[in-house]
Amino acid sequence: MNDMSMFRVNEAAQWVTPAAAEQSPDQREMLLEAIGLHTYYGSSHILHGVNFHIRKGEALGLMGRNGMGKTTLIRTMMGFLTPKAGGVLVRGQRMTGGPTHKIAKLGIAYVPEGRGIFPNLSVKENLLMAARAGVEGQREWTFDRVMATFPRLAERLTNGGGQLSGGEQQMLTIGRALMTNPDLLILDEATEGLAPLIVREIWRVIREIRDSGIATVIVDKNHSAVTALTDRSMILVKGQVVFDGPSEEVRNNPELIKKHLGV
Amino acid sequence: MDFVSFLIQVLNSLQYGLLLFLVASGLTLVFGIMGIINLAHGSFYMVGAYLAFALTSLTGNLLLSIALGIPLAFVFGAILEWALFSHLYKRDHLEQVLLTYGLILIFEELRSLAVGDDVHGVAIPELFSASIPLSDNLSYPVYRLVISVVCLALAGGLYWLIQKTRLGMMIRAGSHDRDMVKALGIDINVLYRTVFALGVALAALAGMLAAPISSVYPGMGSSVLIISFVIVVIGGVGSVWGALVAALVIGFADTFGKVLLPDLAGLMVYLVMAVVLLWRPEGIFKKA
Repeated sequence: MNDMSMFRVNEAAQWVTPAAAEQSPDQREMLLEAIGLHTYYGSSHILHGVNFHIRKGEALGLMGRNGMGKTTLIRTMMGFLTPKAGGVLVRGQRMTGGPTHKIAKLGIAYVPEGRGIFPNLSVKENLLMAARAGVEGQREWTFDRVMATFPRLAERLTNGGGQLSGGEQQMLTIGRALMTNPDLLILDEATEGLAPLIVREIWRVIREIRDSGIATVIVDKNHSAVTALTDRSMILVKGQVVFDGPSEEVRNNPELIKKHLGV
Repeated sequence: MDFVSFLIQVLNSLQYGLLLFLVASGLTLVFGIMGIINLAHGSFYMVGAYLAFALTSLTGNLLLSIALGIPLAFVFGAILEWALFSHLYKRDHLEQVLLTYGLILIFEELRSLAVGDDVHGVAIPELFSASIPLSDNLSYPVYRLVISVVCLALAGGLYWLIQKTRLGMMIRAGSHDRDMVKALGIDINVLYRTVFALGVALAALAGMLAAPISSVYPGMGSSVLIISFVIVVIGGVGSVWGALVAALVIGFADTFGKVLLPDLAGLMVYLVMAVVLLWRPEGIFKKA
């Protein structure tokens, strides 16, 4: 397993970062790891041997244009999809292809694209149904703390989840994920389609979550926001990792951004 | 119709409707949440009634038999879900109908092998065997009142379970988006097994409670199944409250139909269904 814990890039990588490769081995616990994933949707081959890892407390940006496999990678690691080849390890346990609830119980929280609130439950019920202590018994995120973090939700407690605005729904899904006291929060397009003011609010909360020590995987179109918020970035192109290194390097490399992320 | 006979018919309607609710609530939950059309649901009512008969023959006490029968039915439901129904969730309705229709035949055959095809009576428990006199020649049996009260209490309990408990929130959430429920660390299989077993236990309890008044006979599950589907459709698939309202509507329609329009008695229930569906094609209450 040792070789897995080191910095890796796919053969297709064009920007290998020697600094990262020479880094002393990180001692923090490995939370989520994928090795050589090949995932298909029907007959279309989406992921072509993707390696992924994130450690406790790390903030990782996952970037790439539409249709490059970001969501497929996340859904494979959450156990919703079973890869044809390769494996998923959650805290060192083999979890390839699920079961999803066990992966979640190992401290992985997922805020899907499109949010996934329960419109037939009230705001309060959406939060309470998810409440749980974390893997090490931590109960730092309580209902009250979520209310303090998202004051707008506190005003809408008895509303049905479906009556919220897009931004409020996004806050509710993030709040609900936090109620599970996770060690890793995966946010897939958390700011998509939201008004700039709300987006700023969401980024503020994500920064707060990151600073509280919860590891984060952030998928977002806004690469400058992602690289500002994360330590490490990964870029996917056509189901392959073309970059895996410090976010700073993406920030300082306009050519890389233009080639793989520009519209 | 004088007031006392009217009162008796009202009480009968309530008792019949509430008993139907016990069967229909499980059917609508399983249909609404897991998407399973369970034709064998009426068989659980039959199994309950025969269980009451068999256990009462052994213990001599219906109340004790019911106390034993409920956990037995729950476990039976959980095993059935694990062995058979859990494989149906991703399959289409035709396959569900095939399996559950097959189960009706199997349950009836097993019943025939085990207890034969005779009609059996079950004695009303001593405690509730009295009747309340309402006029010089009319009285109302206490046992029927007891059934109504028990069913009302269970309806209240179901409301509390589904609306107020975390289990209920998870069940409602699961009816909307199973993947999201899993992603929150909840084992949806356990959730489904619990709901299914609960539905079986409720239907079996209805059969046990009904055994002394309707007696116990082959095929008793089929008529209850059809009327329960009518209730599920009228009430709105997946809605327990819809099932309660619809069960009472059907209870009254059937009971008063037999009294007031004996010629149309068999049609009353279906006329009511047609009228409700013309008014609200998705049932009185939309999916919870």
